[in-house]
Amino acid sequence: METGQPAQRKAEGARGGARPLLSVRGLGIRFKTSQGIWQATRRIDFDIAPGERVGIVGESGCGKTITGLSILRLLPGNFAGLDGKILFDGTDLASCSARQMRAIRGKRIAMIFQEPMSALDPVFTVGHQIAETLRVHTDVSYEEARAKTLEMLRHVGIASPERRIDDYPHQLSGGMRQRVMIAASLICGPQLLIADEPTTALDVTVQAQILELLRDISETSKTALMLITHDLGVVAETCTRMITMYAGEVIEDATVDEALVRPLHPYTSGLLRSLPHLSPRHGRLPSIPGRVPSIAEMPAGCRFRARCAHATKGCEAEQKLQDAGGGRKVRCWRFAELNLPGALHPPDAPAAAKVATQ
Amino acid sequence: MTATTAEPRREPIISVRDLQVRFQTTDRRATVKAVDGVNFDVRRGETFGIIGESGSGKTTIGRALVFLLNPSAGAILHDGIDPLALPRREFQSHRRDYQIIFQDPNAALNPRMTILASVLEPLELARVGSRAERERLGREALERVGLPQEFGERYPHQLSGGQKQRVVIARALTLKPKLIVCDEVVAALDMSIRGDVLNLFADLQRDLGLTYVFITHDLAVVSHISERVAVMYLGQFVELGPTEEVAERPLHPYTIALLSAEPRPLPSTMREAQRIVLQGEVPSPIDPPSGCRFRTRCPHVQPLCTERVPEWRELKPDHWVACHFADRPNFSTNIPETTP
Repeated sequence: METGQPAQRKAEGARGGARPLLSVRGLGIRFKTSQGIWQATRRIDFDIAPGERVGIVGESGCGKTITGLSILRLLPGNFAGLDGKILFDGTDLASCSARQMRAIRGKRIAMIFQEPMSALDPVFTVGHQIAETLRVHTDVSYEEARAKTLEMLRHVGIASPERRIDDYPHQLSGGMRQRVMIAASLICGPQLLIADEPTTALDVTVQAQILELLRDISETSKTALMLITHDLGVVAETCTRMITMYAGEVIEDATVDEALVRPLHPYTSGLLRSLPHLSPRHGRLPSIPGRVPSIAEMPAGCRFRARCAHATKGCEAEQKLQDAGGGRKVRCWRFAELNLPGALHPPDAPAAAKVATQ
Repeated sequence: MTATTAEPRREPIISVRDLQVRFQTTDRRATVKAVDGVNFDVRRGETFGIIGESGSGKTTIGRALVFLLNPSAGAILHDGIDPLALPRREFQSHRRDYQIIFQDPNAALNPRMTILASVLEPLELARVGSRAERERLGREALERVGLPQEFGERYPHQLSGGQKQRVVIARALTLKPKLIVCDEVVAALDMSIRGDVLNLFADLQRDLGLTYVFITHDLAVVSHISERVAVMYLGQFVELGPTEEVAERPLHPYTIALLSAEPRPLPSTMREAQRIVLQGEVPSPIDPPSGCRFRTRCPHVQPLCTERVPEWRELKPDHWVACHFADRPNFSTNIPETTP
């Protein structure tokens, strides 16, 4: 048994002052379809500081995965255009050449995906695949690459790595494969790791191991983590800041504690309250009526309007991601007048008050 | 559920005795013991939760409960009778009372059939009433799950995931079952839709007196909806009891670890300071560990655990556990409560 520490998320000096590592401004992605050009995401603004752990949350189709992919410019064939800037350590990735991007991918920004089995090549050993990243980006000898691979496998918690390094992916369990993916992503010491649903395919006990590993790595090597997930629990356990997306836009940006205790956007609040974790047992679950608008027929103005209990005259106007004070941002013009319930609604009201005053 | 006969029937709606389900591996060299000696009753009108990680055998149990799979050994009694002993015809009509719903509504609905046609299919197979009668029943079922009339004429691709799952529920309801096995029925749905579908299950239970067996890997879902919950590990139950008891005073080290591993969407000040992270992964059900199956990952393992299989015992009223040491003081310590 091992005991892990939950995410430390006191200010950590990550915010304010320090220059962000990644600064996304006005990012939008368009796709060609048989019905014309579709705008998948638009006006995405957020920053990630060096070493910071940020969760990007939202439901399927909200654009969180495509936002992660667009940072690495890994866009599908029907891609029609990209607006805005992706400033990474001073360089605008949106205007980099393919050659410049190849030098950044895997070396300075790495990515891991949900399903390690489809990300690993079944015909090469895991050792070969991890070392490949290193050999592409640096001038190391075969022996050096192998030694570093062994060290990295040990670092990600694979027992007896000298036995595992020559295994093929099918010989490993799901959790070990995800560890191998993490080893491959970290071998060049990236400044930013983008993890897209890295534990969704894993069992809960294995998920706990992988999240602990990601947190430890980010803390010890100061790698910034952008964790894309639909699971608010995973974000709470791993990240310090949470960016909520809805229908292709960022609708809220706050520290995890603030977003959970006192969400400012009605969608974030609705999402939290619909979780069975947080509701009284056997009671009715509050739910958000309706469904996410289709990408082809996005309403003008607030995109959450049709499902929002607080919608009123004025919501049909375009919503800006506005400053809500204390480094928080929200895309809702009524945020100041709404007092929305968070993860600790009535059943735990005294506890909520206690947290809020800290 | 109220029994319609004069004297109330006391038998549980399902009794499972020493259930075993084995599969041959494809090379026929080994046997997978997917379910290996499980005992439990499902009580009329309750929601019985089964929780386990992948490979624990929870889906196999679900399929066996409705005889989509036959037990390799042991017995499953429906209402006190063994359906396998019934003549073929009677067996066919008997199984209409015991329905099952799966995770993925896309796989469960034929993309080339309208929603109404899909909902009517079970009634047609069962040769219920006239065509007009069946249509009326089908539309009634759609209405009951909260889908407007015009949905009957649509095709699956025109519906969202949550709506499709409602169609699947409507279809299971057409034959007026007594019990529905729900296998990961909300796992494929988005967070904001999940609540709606869980509420629908609760409404249907209240209105129709249904019994559910709710199979899931999601602790939050199972503890929200179930009265009793069983925890499965490598083909066996390790713990079974009232949901509140299991969630708040777990007895088995695996349950304790599972509860601790569940990521909770709570602010840092309200989450437990120490969490138990189990090492390793679930061993293969082809060659499970001797003695207690959890011993290879158990933080409290003792020599006895290798030698002897722990007895399945009722340690507290209605609260069962399979662990040699579950009754030791300070052993099954609670997960530290949230300390602000």
